[in-house]
Amino acid sequence: MEKGFINNLPRIYGLYTGGFLGFIALMAILEQFGVPADVLGILFVTFTIAIYAAIGWLSRTMQVDAYYVAGREVPPLYNGMATAADWMSGASFVAMAGGIYFGGYGYLAFIVGWTGGYVLVNSLLAPYLRKFGCYTVPDFIGTRYGGNTARLLAVIVLVVASFTYVTAQINATGTIAARALQIPFEVGVWFGLLGILLCSMLGGMRAVTWTQVAQYIVLIIAYLVPVFWMSNAQDFGLIPQFSYGGAVERISELEAAAGVGQLMPSESFVGLRALTTPHAAASEGAFASWQFVTLVMVLMCGTASLPHILMRYFTTPSVRDARRSVVYSLFFIFLLYFTAPALATFTKLQIMDPNLATGIIGKSIADVQSLEWIQKWSNVGFLAISDSNGNGLLEINEFFMRGDIVVLATPEIAGLPYVISGLVAAGGMAAAMSTADGLLLAIANALSHDLYYKIIDPEADTRTRLIVARILLLIIGAGGALVASLQLSSILGAVAWAFSFACSGLFFPLVLGVWWKRANRQGAIAGMAIGFLAGSYYLYHVRFAGGPPLLGLDHLRFGIVGMAASLVAMVGVSLATEEPDAETQAMVDAIRIPGGDTVLDQTH
Amino acid sequence: MASSQNKATHWQRTRNLTFVTLAIWFFFSFFVHWFGAELNTVSFMGFPLGFYMAAQGSPIAFVILLFWSTRRQEAIDEECGVAE
Repeated sequence: MEKGFINNLPRIYGLYTGGFLGFIALMAILEQFGVPADVLGILFVTFTIAIYAAIGWLSRTMQVDAYYVAGREVPPLYNGMATAADWMSGASFVAMAGGIYFGGYGYLAFIVGWTGGYVLVNSLLAPYLRKFGCYTVPDFIGTRYGGNTARLLAVIVLVVASFTYVTAQINATGTIAARALQIPFEVGVWFGLLGILLCSMLGGMRAVTWTQVAQYIVLIIAYLVPVFWMSNAQDFGLIPQFSYGGAVERISELEAAAGVGQLMPSESFVGLRALTTPHAAASEGAFASWQFVTLVMVLMCGTASLPHILMRYFTTPSVRDARRSVVYSLFFIFLLYFTAPALATFTKLQIMDPNLATGIIGKSIADVQSLEWIQKWSNVGFLAISDSNGNGLLEINEFFMRGDIVVLATPEIAGLPYVISGLVAAGGMAAAMSTADGLLLAIANALSHDLYYKIIDPEADTRTRLIVARILLLIIGAGGALVASLQLSSILGAVAWAFSFACSGLFFPLVLGVWWKRANRQGAIAGMAIGFLAGSYYLYHVRFAGGPPLLGLDHLRFGIVGMAASLVAMVGVSLATEEPDAETQAMVDAIRIPGGDTVLDQTH
Repeated sequence: MASSQNKATHWQRTRNLTFVTLAIWFFFSFFVHWFGAELNTVSFMGFPLGFYMAAQGSPIAFVILLFWSTRRQEAIDEECGVAE
């Protein structure tokens, strides 16, 4: 039956995609018959979550290798889709285009960093970790370097980085569920968590894999369809990603006329911003360049150190397939990331260009305030308009909004039917849920496999191990939801920190474990501990203690400090202590060639 | 089972490929964007070039780079007799 499932994947997911498109068509018909927008939103979100839960139920398992690594039978194309969903979070889906809208050129560092990181994953880590045959990332650290201290440190870094990240994702599911289902945010958070756990509790990695593939299909359709539709409806071109150069140019002219960067807002609204940064212009000088490339560096090395991404490459049948999955992953991620700047550009043009019917800047305040989408989104506190200078016209520094609007409200700004907005809500939900699933599983697996089974109770039988894994999943999920419901930080701030935490503690111990035979246990322990502590202390220093940033490295870039400390400590301590024994060196030789048995057994 | 000679050659070639891949990666990740402001004075398909490279050029380069290097790596594995 299992073989039949793998062989039938193209048919199963083909049918699923067709079914989802049919569902969208059905919703569009219902809209024509006058079904209210709220009902469509509820149908979109509940229908897709029900499908994911069904996949989670069908994938339930009591086998260790199915639970931890999906039985190592995921073909590269599907693993690529699953990784893309695992990777693209609520932040990528909802906040990225908005970030570019407000941040302009400087924000594009996120696009470069979050794609280029996969070159590091492919060249330095994924195929070698797959050959190693581990279940979790700390499993590699613990076996390569030996000893419980190294394993435990890896678990700690993993938990801190992933937990920082997962609260942001649960927060995003809560926001979207609250809006689509019209329930309070605090309830939305727990509802989101319930959906997430339905996908992962029973089937572990196997269930998460097959729901993530389904979630990728939903999220990519939900992101691309509105952009293509809008672009063609407004004559921006058939494939907008390649033809928005003219729009960028036009924005530069409009920005000069509207005074972007000159007119500063004289009022402020909580959580909302007015546009003050030019779209395409890059700040000149070495300092601006340094800021750009250091952010790129942190995001890339963080990508290559985040365990929920690396563990996806443990699920393929072979080393070759692990490598191929990375390539597919990057391609599937690229589809969304090269669309985000186009979306930000179109939205900005539609708002700013007085020649377009949608343009609002320069129009009379009373006219703008009577627009339906303006009313709807200002009612929920996502935008605000204020005639600061009292001239009756809307100026660029009198229009305030939240970045999330760029993705959530663009269909309405462009006058697309509501069914598209429902689709976007389902896509955002899929993006946030799939990432939360991967992260929760990474944390729970590290705690159950590395902490409980390898360190606390190595005699535990399979049944006990899998029950412990599920209980931990529940506890961590609940903890994440609890923190998320407190709304401590903005979604994207916490996401960027996760990358810095991960690369501070794990990047060099992982990479040098494969690429430097001389790296030993003492070095790895020093690298993880000192890198992680130095990074965390620096974050505290610049973010909370009010200390001046060193070389312009602010709280988004604290991973640079952590990685530098980690590298120096790891190399220094390794060289000062004895080299690893012959057995360890043979292990490193073995992971460098694809053929032959894995270092760890199929089930361990 | 591959001979140790083969394994040594394989690792040598794998390392060289990785160095080349990372050099190209470095160029598109850091070198190009260091000159973002300067590149923006050049227009490419209507885009300021610096903006284009960050929004599209570098990500496209990464995708092509990975397709290429993965194919090369698979060829190396085959030729050295260490493929699975």
